[in-house]
Amino acid sequence: MSVDLNALKTPGPTITALTQPFWDAAAQGRLRIQHCEDCGKAVFYPRPICPHCWSKRLVWKEASGKGQLKSFSQVDKPGHAGWLPAAPYVVGLVALAEGPTMLSFILPGARPPRVGDALLLAPTAIGGRVLPAFKSVETATEEKPQ
Amino acid sequence: MSQARGSVVGIGELKPQRLTSGVTTLEMIAEVSRLAVFDAGLEPEAIDGLLVGPQVGETPQHVPATIAEYLGLAPTMANVVDLGGASGAGMVWRAAAAIEAGMCETVLCVLANNREETAPRSPNRNPIREFDVPFGASGANISYALLMQAHMAEYGSTPKDFAMIAAAARANAQLNPDAIFFGKPGDVETVLASPIIASPLHLLEIVMPVAGGEAVIVTSAGHARSLRRPHVHLLGAGEKVTHRAVSQAPSLTSGPLKSAIARAFAQSGTRINDMDLLSLYDCYTIMVATTIEDAGLCASGQFGEWLRDHDLSHRGDKPLNTHGGQLGFGQPDLAGGMTHVVEAVRQLRGDAGERQIGKARLALVTGNGATMSEATALVLGVA
Repeated sequence: MSVDLNALKTPGPTITALTQPFWDAAAQGRLRIQHCEDCGKAVFYPRPICPHCWSKRLVWKEASGKGQLKSFSQVDKPGHAGWLPAAPYVVGLVALAEGPTMLSFILPGARPPRVGDALLLAPTAIGGRVLPAFKSVETATEEKPQ
Repeated sequence: MSQARGSVVGIGELKPQRLTSGVTTLEMIAEVSRLAVFDAGLEPEAIDGLLVGPQVGETPQHVPATIAEYLGLAPTMANVVDLGGASGAGMVWRAAAAIEAGMCETVLCVLANNREETAPRSPNRNPIREFDVPFGASGANISYALLMQAHMAEYGSTPKDFAMIAAAARANAQLNPDAIFFGKPGDVETVLASPIIASPLHLLEIVMPVAGGEAVIVTSAGHARSLRRPHVHLLGAGEKVTHRAVSQAPSLTSGPLKSAIARAFAQSGTRINDMDLLSLYDCYTIMVATTIEDAGLCASGQFGEWLRDHDLSHRGDKPLNTHGGQLGFGQPDLAGGMTHVVEAVRQLRGDAGERQIGKARLALVTGNGATMSEATALVLGVA
């Protein structure tokens, strides 16, 4: 994938006042998700009430940025024309260490992705905004200067 | 006063505002639902029925699933009631009717609307649009590819296993002159040679969109008998809605049809091996694979072996989608799901012509919406 992801004309998020903290953190290269102070569970995507116990005592917390790949697909024929220059690219379901699952963009690694791969948050500029993408831990280690 | 048909046990109301500012209808639905459920002294998990209104400008389709996911509910009856100013009252009797029909016990009937100063730019502004689309996941193909990849990783199922489903549908379509693939045979190799759309999904594992229409008439059993025409009975039904986005699915390898099918069998006093016809929703090969396993035809992960052991044609031991399924017939959008009902009625009436199955007394019909999110199962039969 040699395309400049940031130059893509892809659809951005439809942000609301409630979800703004998530996207503000994303723009700074961080991952913040809600936690319920009553049942203790982590919540993704953001909501006004906890989907587990319907409490309103939700607070924003920094996520570890660690996750595991539950599934993935290499997309050859994107569903949105803005993604055509980037194809093929990989999207995946990331089980966050905190519990919830989110869909994300998976950066290319040294080898093709495998279900079960350990992942790390890898903030990436896509379509003019920084999004919480992920990459495999293996790839992250290989990139680290010795 | 005649016997009560249902009772209202909780209410919720939001203070009216002239304008809202950056608040979604979904957020308001969550707030007011919470008030009503807690007013009733109930816990959220007590809610097993969901009636909602249309969500213009926010969620064009799959409204009950979107709201169920948002609220963390998994209702066994879910509907949009679209009757304008009569929707609220219309929800109340529908809730009672659904309870009386044995589909659920406690129904949340909820309507809300935001009122923003400027109308939204996009017709779709729900969580899947906000949290999946920006990462490059638009459309059902990618979602089902993720389900398929998960099945292959968990159970070691192979591309060939899945291709057998498309090949069987194509073979059955050769006996249905109305099918879009009639006169165009194809086998496992044809499917595997078609291009990958989103790995591991091949083009020919995806239904072809077509124009079309399907309709059925339902009346009371008594009226049906008086018409002196061949008719088919609804013997049992089950439904379940668990999520909207694939990222929020409780499981990637088993869906809400498992529960819906079990309920339909329980209501009708039948078992999977009693079925003479399997009329299973087949938008993608993975949907049939999961349904075969969720219906109890084989153990989880064993659908490939099951397919090798059985003949799915009208002459076979397990006739499955004798009209060709949507994979062979084509998918006329939402009418595609109704083809499975129409074919079951045709077979049970003995009207299926060249593709008529031998014994035709009981049929299992399944429907599936979004990404293995919305599930309905019916057991149909003849007296």
